[in-house]
Amino acid sequence: MSAKNLKEVSTEYMLFEAKREEQFMTGSEAVREAIRRANVDMAIAYPITPQSESMHLIGDLYAEGYVKEYFRGENEFAVMSQVAGGAMAGVRMFTATCGPGTLRAFENFPMWAGARLPIVIGFMTRAINAPLSIQPDTIEMAMLMDTGMLMLHAENAQELYDMYLMSFSIAERTSVHIPVGIFVDGFFVTHTRQKVKVVTEDVKLKPYDPSMSPTPHIDMETPPFRYMKDPFVMKSNYVSYAAHASWQQECMASIERSRPFLKELLGSFIEQQNPDAPIQIIASGTAVSQSREAIKMAKEEGIEVGLIKVKTIRPFPAEEIRQALSKAEKIIVPEFNRVGWLAKEVASVIPNNDRMVQGPRVFGGMTMPPDVIVKVIKENALFGV
Amino acid sequence: MSSKTTSIRMSGLGGQGAVTASHIVGSAAVMDGKNAMVNPFFGAEKRLAPAESYVRISDEEIFDTGEILYPNIIMVFHPDVILHGKSYTMPFFSGLQKDGIIIVNSEFTFDFTEDEQKDLDDLNAKVYFVQATQLARDIGGTDLATNIAMLGALIGVTKIVTMTALEEALQERFGAKAKGFVASGTTAVLDDAITKQYAKAEKLIEANMKVLIAASESAESLLAA
Repeated sequence: MSAKNLKEVSTEYMLFEAKREEQFMTGSEAVREAIRRANVDMAIAYPITPQSESMHLIGDLYAEGYVKEYFRGENEFAVMSQVAGGAMAGVRMFTATCGPGTLRAFENFPMWAGARLPIVIGFMTRAINAPLSIQPDTIEMAMLMDTGMLMLHAENAQELYDMYLMSFSIAERTSVHIPVGIFVDGFFVTHTRQKVKVVTEDVKLKPYDPSMSPTPHIDMETPPFRYMKDPFVMKSNYVSYAAHASWQQECMASIERSRPFLKELLGSFIEQQNPDAPIQIIASGTAVSQSREAIKMAKEEGIEVGLIKVKTIRPFPAEEIRQALSKAEKIIVPEFNRVGWLAKEVASVIPNNDRMVQGPRVFGGMTMPPDVIVKVIKENALFGV
Repeated sequence: MSSKTTSIRMSGLGGQGAVTASHIVGSAAVMDGKNAMVNPFFGAEKRLAPAESYVRISDEEIFDTGEILYPNIIMVFHPDVILHGKSYTMPFFSGLQKDGIIIVNSEFTFDFTEDEQKDLDDLNAKVYFVQATQLARDIGGTDLATNIAMLGALIGVTKIVTMTALEEALQERFGAKAKGFVASGTTAVLDDAITKQYAKAEKLIEANMKVLIAASESAESLLAA
């Protein structure tokens, strides 16, 4: 297949109608296969494990002609600034990073949202140093929670693939038009080879239309040239403060406005299994997979446990979670980080949060064997009490 | 983890190809119509540092991911994993399930400590020493085929995947039509080195198959012994 003469299709067609074939691939390869079909104009890379393979493979796509421009930036701060430049100029941008790279680039993320840039970025989450660890840990998600980007958390390579393909059209809606972060647990998904159903290679998404941006893009070919995209709020007076404050609220509102589009493409914000069980596990990312195994093991021992998988962290599905947990007697929140950000988010939206069990948590790159979750389930099993 | 899943832990040194071997056997399992999940795990260190890779194979859907703490099969790619503690777990067989299988690549056999041997006996573990690197060198002409010889030994001892599927997986990995999957930047460099040595991809596959079959037969003879 070549990059030329691909049929342009809608996101809905790509996700729900296009023919698919099952392949056995790593999460990084799933990223490549999604971006191959995403009609990306420009991608900028900077290596950091476990993200490096993903942007390396996007480089291969550039060599094959699927991505129009591609280069390696000087560091993550430079990359995120350059990605902003491209998006301000009205082209579809893609990049990815993780862990320490995320932190190095951090200043740019609220700027992206404030400048209403529809950038899609991959975070292949890993531990934050020191001591040095390159292994999976989702702590960076806690830090990105309020930067104004949409946050989707993929459980496996299949979901990662699908989330990338849907994210561009959500980011680029006029009423949304903010960055979308696709999060996936480094190594546990990026380096893991598993079955993925991918769309045939003859189609790609329709291109980005910058004229649909709610703020004008920088067009250096049509005078008068604009070279700044920020509103002029640099004066120290009431109007400038009010403009800044209302703009922040507008960005937060645009996250809320993404809900109908997310619901259409994702199907739902949460997924439930065994909703009537008194013990419920709520999780996101690969903690969901580990929970699925744990629930099977608990069932073999006669304990019924429910599962709530959270797919979007921003917008946070507060009402859906409140409903889903309305009858739960114990709520277990397994997480791959020290701070327990999901437990905090859940606790902030449900009544009687003394029902919550904090953890189990593993961090710094450790694996969470299902046995660890089963142990917590048993400690909280209500029968015979 | 479901009892119907076979879990393989491959422990080696960076550069020996444990990660590549795990991807190949995972692909082969899928070609045999099974489900597989392959996870490599390694630190920021590179060559000769401990590197592990994990393969889960099952007829059922597999969700569990990450390190395998309770393997059925342990493949040790280098004696240093055991003798120098270049392992993510101590002892190297930590977590091994009952009736487990251990395949060790070493050019010499050695005794485990008294405590280790007792634990292995209690687990009814079977230990097979194979000369994978020697076979790779003699038949494949390069140490780099050690991982393929280890896969041969795995098939010889367990038949966990078919030889046909393994050959197909080798084609997928090294063949002329291979899309070339990338495990890491370092793997890409090693790939370049090996493809230079074998002018044609087919020759590389052929050499790998010879190593695979020889190692498999050699391991089978250990079973009979």
